[in-house]
Amino acid sequence: MSIKSDLKVSAIQNLAEVRAMIRRHKRNDYLFAIIGLMALMLGLLTLLTLFVDLLYDGSTRFNLEFLSDFPSRRAAHAGLLSAWVGSALVMTVTFLAAVPMGVAAGLYLEEYAPKNWFSDLIEINVSNLAGVPSIVYGLLALGLFVYALGFGQSILTAGLTLGLLILPIVIVSTRESIRAIPVAIREAAYAVGATKWQVVYDHVLKYSYGGILTGIIIGMARALGETAPIITIGALTFIAFLPPSPITAEAPYLNFDWLSSGFTVMPIQMFNWLSRPDHAFHVNAAATGAIIILVTLLMNGTAIYLRYKIRKNIKW
Amino acid sequence: MHTLNSTTPIKAEARNLNFYYSNGTKALKDISMPLHEKKITALIGPSGCGKSTFLRCFNRMHDLYPGNKYEGEIVMHPDNTNVLADGVDPIEVRMRISMVFQKPNPFPKSIYENVAYGLRVRGETNKRVVDDKVEEALKGAAIWDEVKNRLNDLAFNLSGGQQQRLCIARALATDPEIMLFDEPTSALDPIATANIEELMSELRNKLTILVVTHNMQQAARVSDYTAYMYLGEMMEYGDTDSIFTRPTRKETEDYITGKFG
Repeated sequence: MSIKSDLKVSAIQNLAEVRAMIRRHKRNDYLFAIIGLMALMLGLLTLLTLFVDLLYDGSTRFNLEFLSDFPSRRAAHAGLLSAWVGSALVMTVTFLAAVPMGVAAGLYLEEYAPKNWFSDLIEINVSNLAGVPSIVYGLLALGLFVYALGFGQSILTAGLTLGLLILPIVIVSTRESIRAIPVAIREAAYAVGATKWQVVYDHVLKYSYGGILTGIIIGMARALGETAPIITIGALTFIAFLPPSPITAEAPYLNFDWLSSGFTVMPIQMFNWLSRPDHAFHVNAAATGAIIILVTLLMNGTAIYLRYKIRKNIKW
Repeated sequence: MHTLNSTTPIKAEARNLNFYYSNGTKALKDISMPLHEKKITALIGPSGCGKSTFLRCFNRMHDLYPGNKYEGEIVMHPDNTNVLADGVDPIEVRMRISMVFQKPNPFPKSIYENVAYGLRVRGETNKRVVDDKVEEALKGAAIWDEVKNRLNDLAFNLSGGQQQRLCIARALATDPEIMLFDEPTSALDPIATANIEELMSELRNKLTILVVTHNMQQAARVSDYTAYMYLGEMMEYGDTDSIFTRPTRKETEDYITGKFG
């Protein structure tokens, strides 16, 4: 009995100490929460300030003429038409090049490739490729696409270059989405007699395409803002014409001349305007910057929304 | 308890089966055991004894992971096919031997599509045939009445016990000859467990069952034959009554009386 009551007394004495200890430990909680919040705000507020500043500086140019005018020597009449059309066409090529290749490569690595030192090596290199400076891709493209393959300084070259640039992003996000599918689901499919391709097509792709799509959109958003590799391959900075239209009035209705056309893209147009001494062009540059950021935000927002929507029915 | 006679035909049998995992571990040591037709055989034994490993040899699940190696045979009757033979495609084996897993693992698809998947894999496109088979399987798995009005609902919206019966329906839809159960009730509450056990007893009329269980009472309740495994070896095999009342080996007795394991 006496041992028991001794324990009780010491337990009550200890209580005060325990409470003091908990208070001490909790102080660290608050401290870290504050540091974290400050770090977050520093990043976010800087970005926000930049964006608001761009919006403010470019505010006089947010009208339809800005989007429907070619570049001009007079700042007030200079528009973004050739740049945004160029961006759209380049992104189309990028999409068509990077998505099938990236998804197929990711699927192969994850589902089909034997797991050995060689596939490990490839895995490490794919992740490293995502970190290669984009100008290096530009140099590679200059040698390979522009000269060796003779594609010239064209939309095709730019699209393929950016496609290469975002390929690792697509591959990595494909693999990660696939890996999120539980082993139990795959085993369930195999257990009823499915082949590997049936498992991949009926299950793996169906349950992971939300994540894959997110990776694609984020990659495309990155490609949209890329400047260095496009300059390296020799995009024009001032063009007052549009590439031939991909769609024609008579059969076969499709036309691929646009692929070999010269072009410019939005970030290059922005860079061009920014490098002029006349301040009026800087307004155009700010407006272009704001538009690029808006489109990027819109793409990322779409990615988040799609992921949420697609994952809603999947619980694991 | 079902009366047993020694003349019950054998549906499949393991002969001198050894199994090695890719890291070189020998998980099964020279196992020989029959599966009597339209009977339930239970595998019991402590964790890590190799009972799940043994079960997963029957439908070649180990083939999904590189480096695993089988030695010996699992022969199916009446055609005498050794399902472990190199020339036998694991997909063919899985079409004859279906499996129900430890945790319910429905696909994130509708109830209907979950059950129909085995038929889809076999290329069945006739909607009437699929409809009939799905209904038959759901009835066979004793879940038809609960889901018949919401076949297009997501399978995830069912309770755990219902999900497991759905998985049984999925395994049943393709008319397998043998069904493997890998601790089918370990993630379920007692009522759902009782439902599954009752269902297994009914399924015995249609097919041969091999069940791994952690729960000795379950083995005693549902099975006709019981095998006790320990450290990758088959310690004792016999009809469930004798194993539980007159085990011949000391180790078996210690395990079933709870002295060990």
